[in-house]
Amino acid sequence: MSFVLLIFLPLLAALFVPLLFKKVGKIHTGWFVLIIPVVLFSYYVSLLPTTIHGGNLVSEFQWIPSLDIAFIAYIDGLSLLFTLLITGIGALVVLYSIFYLDKHREQLHNFYVYLLMFMTAMLGIVQSDHLITLYLFWELTSISSFLLIGYWYTRDRSRFGALKSMMITVFGGLMMLGGFVLLSIMGGTYSIRELIPQATELVSHDFFIWALVLVLFGAFTKSAQFPFYIWLPDAMEAPTPVSAYLHSATMVKAGLYLVARLTPIFAISGTWMWLVASVGLFTMFWGSFFALKQKDLKGILAFSTVSQLGLIMSLLGASAAGYHIDNIAETTFKYAGFAAIFHLINHAVFKGSLFMIAGIVDHETGTRDIRKLGGLMSLMPISFTVAVIGAFSMAGLPPFGGFLSKEMFLTAMLSLTEFDLFSMDVWGILFPVVAWLGSVFTFIYSFYFVFHTFAGEHKPDQLPKPAHEAPIGMLISPVFLALLVVVIFFIPNLIGDWLVKPAVLAMQPFLYDSPEEIKIHVSAWHGFNPEFFMTLGIFAIGFLMFWTLRKWQKSYDLFPEAISLNALYDNMVFLSDTGANRFSRIYMTGFIRSYLVYMFSFVIFIVLGTLFLTDAFAIDFTNLAPVGFYEIVILIALVGSTFTILFSKSRLTGIIALGAVGYSIALLFVIFRAPDLALTQLVIETISVALFLLAFYHLPQISRKEERMRFRFGNALVAIGVGVTVTLVALSSLSQKAMPSISEFYKETVYKEAGGGNIVNVILVDYRGFDTLFEIAVLAITGIGIITMIKLRLTKKEDQHENK
Amino acid sequence: MEIIMSVAIGFLFMAAVYLMLSKSLIRIIIGTGLLSHGAHLLLLTMGGLGGNSPPVVAHGVSVSDYADPLPQALILTAIVISFAVTSFFLVLAYRSYQELGTDNMNLLRGTEDYE
Repeated sequence: MSFVLLIFLPLLAALFVPLLFKKVGKIHTGWFVLIIPVVLFSYYVSLLPTTIHGGNLVSEFQWIPSLDIAFIAYIDGLSLLFTLLITGIGALVVLYSIFYLDKHREQLHNFYVYLLMFMTAMLGIVQSDHLITLYLFWELTSISSFLLIGYWYTRDRSRFGALKSMMITVFGGLMMLGGFVLLSIMGGTYSIRELIPQATELVSHDFFIWALVLVLFGAFTKSAQFPFYIWLPDAMEAPTPVSAYLHSATMVKAGLYLVARLTPIFAISGTWMWLVASVGLFTMFWGSFFALKQKDLKGILAFSTVSQLGLIMSLLGASAAGYHIDNIAETTFKYAGFAAIFHLINHAVFKGSLFMIAGIVDHETGTRDIRKLGGLMSLMPISFTVAVIGAFSMAGLPPFGGFLSKEMFLTAMLSLTEFDLFSMDVWGILFPVVAWLGSVFTFIYSFYFVFHTFAGEHKPDQLPKPAHEAPIGMLISPVFLALLVVVIFFIPNLIGDWLVKPAVLAMQPFLYDSPEEIKIHVSAWHGFNPEFFMTLGIFAIGFLMFWTLRKWQKSYDLFPEAISLNALYDNMVFLSDTGANRFSRIYMTGFIRSYLVYMFSFVIFIVLGTLFLTDAFAIDFTNLAPVGFYEIVILIALVGSTFTILFSKSRLTGIIALGAVGYSIALLFVIFRAPDLALTQLVIETISVALFLLAFYHLPQISRKEERMRFRFGNALVAIGVGVTVTLVALSSLSQKAMPSISEFYKETVYKEAGGGNIVNVILVDYRGFDTLFEIAVLAITGIGIITMIKLRLTKKEDQHENK
Repeated sequence: MEIIMSVAIGFLFMAAVYLMLSKSLIRIIIGTGLLSHGAHLLLLTMGGLGGNSPPVVAHGVSVSDYADPLPQALILTAIVISFAVTSFFLVLAYRSYQELGTDNMNLLRGTEDYE
């Protein structure tokens, strides 16, 4: 089965969504949509046995063969893991959305079309082996994310957030495209599979470092790393199912996927390791620190997502150390890659459930402001339980999945202190310290999220709606995810063997031959080692600081808003907007004269430049036709009438002089042996003059006005420039023939081939028949235009701008 | 002859451009008319003004004696098109004068409203 086509299944299904929404309004459209991720998930699960043992599958579909661009679906441990996350969480989110979005009030068809479009895009990213199609799907996720954030498009904040996320992620995407192009120049192929074996040669290439930095721009913007994370908190304006799906479980992990996927190519470089690990770790600290400033439930989760993505990113960076170590299986460096993938799974599970809980609280109480919430424990017991499980997993408490990966994260960070390349022996000690600090704040905000919402004093008077437990359908998905959180804690090695190790193999293909060679056994208890004491410290300090949170939380407000990254973004957008506007104002004057001056100046510049560059000034005096008396007389008349136009005060005189010019030209045609032209010119000129006079008859005020044109030096200069240019072109075209004229062919064949005697006419209707056809079409269009202008009377409407 | 023609064509173009840069709509239209006249003559001259008989097959005329038919065919098309454009412009001027009450291009700039 060519499973590459399955990527497009959601997109195909999206075509039917509007129809279903309009025709089958009684059933919530989500039920139909739900089929897609469920079917896909079951199919992809059936591929698991292949990847568990390190196998892979390839399926191709040609797109633009002439440019060597094809959709190539490449399934190995890493892409299958992401595929399962996308379809699995996708199914749960769609199920949740059925109860979250009201089928009567909401524009469900828009929502599900965007969501399915996103699903295709995301599957495309993780399965594409071809860098160009990967980029294509990458931008498609940005676009669908833009549409989903702006789903409630009447809200200002939604539009602002949508635009912000689009600007930042598309900027990163473009940088990444540059990196991809450099990679293909270096390696001679766009295929990731073919690039990986060349890794050792690529690293010494001049472009290598550029490609590395550009690709990381893409990954960091998408995965909301510092300083690009600012779009993610504003993306929380999207409906909560979208936040749970795109902005925590899948899309923001595309950057992590890219880093993991390209690790074999870049990891040899010390720059890669430093950039990925330190940016990731700093983001982890920064996000967790500022999560406590947030008052909005989803805001806390957004910063927590930023922080957790940073954590995984730093692990991916640390895993690069494995490339510089002999016999990695015997050292602690092996843990970083495993921990990254393992935590990625855990995070998708617990953060998905937490977002859904935030959505439920919002849905059932009418607010997400944590200052108004509190004491919901007894009113919403199931939601509370789910929230506790998710948050404790996030904080790294046993017996939940997050505890295991958090421990392994600490192990990996500690191992970096033993690494002796790239001056890690000096700076390496910073990694466990920052990781520990970040974990403390993670612990605090996890508790803050749960207990300030569900514990404490209930304030019913501050809630827009009386709080109650959510309907059962809405609870299915979060409860299921919460169960998974617990299950993972008890069967970590099953998850490890089935999902994590095959993915690690894809990240470190040079180090292992098969997933079985990765000797890692996850266990909850691992003795009294440094990690254990660090964890104890996190719990103790974290709990103390949470207890005193109300005393020190206000100090966040001391941080001035004016020098924040958000202010920087706002200023940049504002400046580029008004700056571009001002710049355009300088030359877009609104006078047609200015525009014509630009155009004519450019004509002069380009034509004279070409003449000069190609050295075409030569004038050939042979083969000239003799100068005749009549021609000279007519030319004098022509020039005389032109002068009359220029200097006449009355416009009527000008029009009559224009007619004189036309008739002189008709006479010239007669002399130069062009009888057809002369006839046509006479007829057309007569009609034109009549038309001019007719127009004047209807515009009495204008026709009576007498005024002399004022002399303008600038205009005259441009006019003389154009005149001289044309004369030069005429002269040099006379003397230089690049190729023999086709006229000889016409002259010789006109009677034999076309059976006509009048060569001009035969050319028009036979050799160049289509030209004439289009000419008639132009006439017809003009006719329609004229009739429309005369007959149509539009009523003037008031401007209807939404934003005014 | 071709050289004299070239200079005359340059003059036509110059006058046309100068008229098109003025602020009166009618003068701009006259300018475009002159411009197309100049272009027609330019085409004719570029092909060479030689040839002793019109490009119509006749007995006793050798192939090299015909005037060049290709520029003539092109000009024929161009005359018709330029007529179409001129008439369109004229009606446009007529209508815009009716609606807006002026043919002064300086008063017709519409950028003030777009803030």
